[in-house]
Amino acid sequence: MTSLSSNPDQRQGALDAHGAEHAGADHHGDYRMFGLATFLVADGMTFAGFFAAYLTFRAVNPLPSGSTYELELLLPTLNTVILLVSSFTFHRAGAALRQNDTDRCQRWLLITAALGFSFLAGQMKEYFSLPFGLTDNLFASTFYAITGFHGLHVTLGGLMILIVWWQSRNGGRVRSGDHFPLEAAELYWHFVDGIWVVLYGILYLL
Amino acid sequence: MTLTLPSASPTAAPLQPQGWLRYLSFSTDHKVIGLQYLVCSFIFYLVGGALAGAIRTELLTPISDFLPRETYNEVLTLHGTVMIFLWIVPVVNGAFGNYLIPFYVGARDMAFPRLNAVAFWLIPPAGLLLISSYFIASAAQSGWTAYPPLSLTTPATGQIIWILSVLLLGGSSIFGGINFIATILKLRRPGLKLMQLPMYCWAMLGTSILVVLSTPVLAGTLVLLSFDIIAHTGFFNPALGGNAVVYQHLFWFYSHPAVYIMVLPAFGLVSEILPVHARKPLFGYTTMVYSIMGIVFLGLIVWAHHMFTSGTPPWMRLFFTIATAFIAVPTGIKFFNWLATLWGGKIALNSAMLFSCGFILNFVFGGITGVALAQVPFDIHVHDTYFVVGHFHYIVYGGTVFVIFASIYHWYPKVTGRLMNEPLGRLHVLLTFVGFNLCFAPQHWMGLNGMPRRVAEYDPQFELINQVSSVGALLMAISTLPFLVNVVLSAFRGEPAGDNPWNALTPEWLTTSPPPVENWHGEAPLVHEPYGYGVEPGALSLAATSGREIWAVGDPERKS
Repeated sequence: MTSLSSNPDQRQGALDAHGAEHAGADHHGDYRMFGLATFLVADGMTFAGFFAAYLTFRAVNPLPSGSTYELELLLPTLNTVILLVSSFTFHRAGAALRQNDTDRCQRWLLITAALGFSFLAGQMKEYFSLPFGLTDNLFASTFYAITGFHGLHVTLGGLMILIVWWQSRNGGRVRSGDHFPLEAAELYWHFVDGIWVVLYGILYLL
Repeated sequence: MTLTLPSASPTAAPLQPQGWLRYLSFSTDHKVIGLQYLVCSFIFYLVGGALAGAIRTELLTPISDFLPRETYNEVLTLHGTVMIFLWIVPVVNGAFGNYLIPFYVGARDMAFPRLNAVAFWLIPPAGLLLISSYFIASAAQSGWTAYPPLSLTTPATGQIIWILSVLLLGGSSIFGGINFIATILKLRRPGLKLMQLPMYCWAMLGTSILVVLSTPVLAGTLVLLSFDIIAHTGFFNPALGGNAVVYQHLFWFYSHPAVYIMVLPAFGLVSEILPVHARKPLFGYTTMVYSIMGIVFLGLIVWAHHMFTSGTPPWMRLFFTIATAFIAVPTGIKFFNWLATLWGGKIALNSAMLFSCGFILNFVFGGITGVALAQVPFDIHVHDTYFVVGHFHYIVYGGTVFVIFASIYHWYPKVTGRLMNEPLGRLHVLLTFVGFNLCFAPQHWMGLNGMPRRVAEYDPQFELINQVSSVGALLMAISTLPFLVNVVLSAFRGEPAGDNPWNALTPEWLTTSPPPVENWHGEAPLVHEPYGYGVEPGALSLAATSGREIWAVGDPERKS
């Protein structure tokens, strides 16, 4: 065990060193990833609440005549494939970084971001082609609320990827050896991807 | 390993070496943040108490003569929201959790100090936002539950501000929960095992699991409710084909665990206080841990017992009655463990111990009415009556708030280096205990006889008993005065406490009072036996250095 100086001037440095002090320098990022995973559990519970509400509505509340739960499947299925592929490309980016090939990592990141934003474009196209609006019926409201909330997650994830890409440039944080931003964004992206798979099953296939 | 013990300071040191402005800053020191939570929430407690005073004044007479009816609804809503989200939850989690948990796990701060500061600084704006709604438009009028369709038909502005405020507070709570889980599981000092942690760590771990699992559901639900209000969707609006009962399910999926979020940390705190002042080890440590985790699990699957009159199908009534009754088992284990801890102990009847004993008495009464309420036939009889109000306040005031006061008396010497005044403290205990029981015990009778809750006007037959209840509320208000005087005067003129006035073994006492910025001048002590009181030295295995040894060395009486 190291002992830290109680000099207040060294406090900030000491704060940052907490992880190193307690878990060993190798595991510095360990509890940050743990904290992110805990947050994702919380985030997942928000979706779980939405899904539970949707399923209950569907079981209990009949739609007005003329409305239906059926949706066009082609575009969302394509979007599902796009997201699944983007998870794979993000994984390749992470693998490239672990081999210290940051240039290749950056290329995979750009591909991932492009896939993420094309998913969003597909989502917008689907929104504009749908025959119902937000307040038309209970199914319409729930559909837009859940897919919109998920789209918000994809948007944030896409921005994260671009930030990590920027941090992987020459002199950036990721290229300098701190892999945490990439690993955090990757975990988040897989989470958003997984949520979509459940969403696709419940909202489109069921 | 060796231990450097700081020598007891002859005079009390000032509150913090960095000066009092530190408490208004974006400090990342867990002790500063803990005190920020405590003081900020106490101010909101005074606000919530004033609102309660307005309610009890209105209820002195059967007619609505003190407040306009709509104002009464606003006051009622604000009272519930302020007391739950701005007083009890932040204090038992944020204040004591932040102050104590890093000590207990042998860390120098929380896992995410900056996130911690963010979590605290969400609270003052959210609280001011909530209270300001009363002045800028009208506050929400649909009670702290905000049930639709009531929350859809009352004025929208106040309801939206209420939702925004609760979302901010929920975010703060989730950030805090993530921080506690990471700190307890990942930042433990090497060599410190989970089953050696002080009980408050387990309570906070269980509470944080509930926070992380249930708060997001409330947040999502409130977002949907705000869509119903602003965008005129129909999620919870039966007039538009929606389903109001789904809101109730989602709301109580958070708000029943919220009761445990309010009371589990109090269980943990009282488990710290009793052994110290009874000079006995905490009885049944292992069963205590399993009880906490049992309550966490069961707490997540009992929510619909709030909804027995919402058209709940019979199988659901049966399931939720049985699950709720089961919670009495782990709670009973804890209750008997506390009694066994006190049994045969050298009990010091100081303010901290008296408040803890008051907690045990009040809580067992609130627990018994809770088991009664879980039974469908009884619940349907008293649903939405003052019986529920009485039961709830026995849990959250008689339970948690009593423990908050006990904890303040217990840890005040650690924070300030000075003892609080005992005669004033006992006066505070007496006034609070008498006032509390006078205020809330009669409400069970009112409810059994059919007085509905949340009303400003009632049947004249309840006038006398309501006046008795209001006198109790007045006593509770008065009881705050000796406490405030005590806290302020003791900070300047209190008897210097030394580092460890209670001869306690838990790690926060094995440092100076107040503690230095990074908690210990030397290394963090390794405490294997946080409750090793009053046991023969040979009866404990003293592998490496235990807290017990430090106590023997640090005890000023033994030295002299």
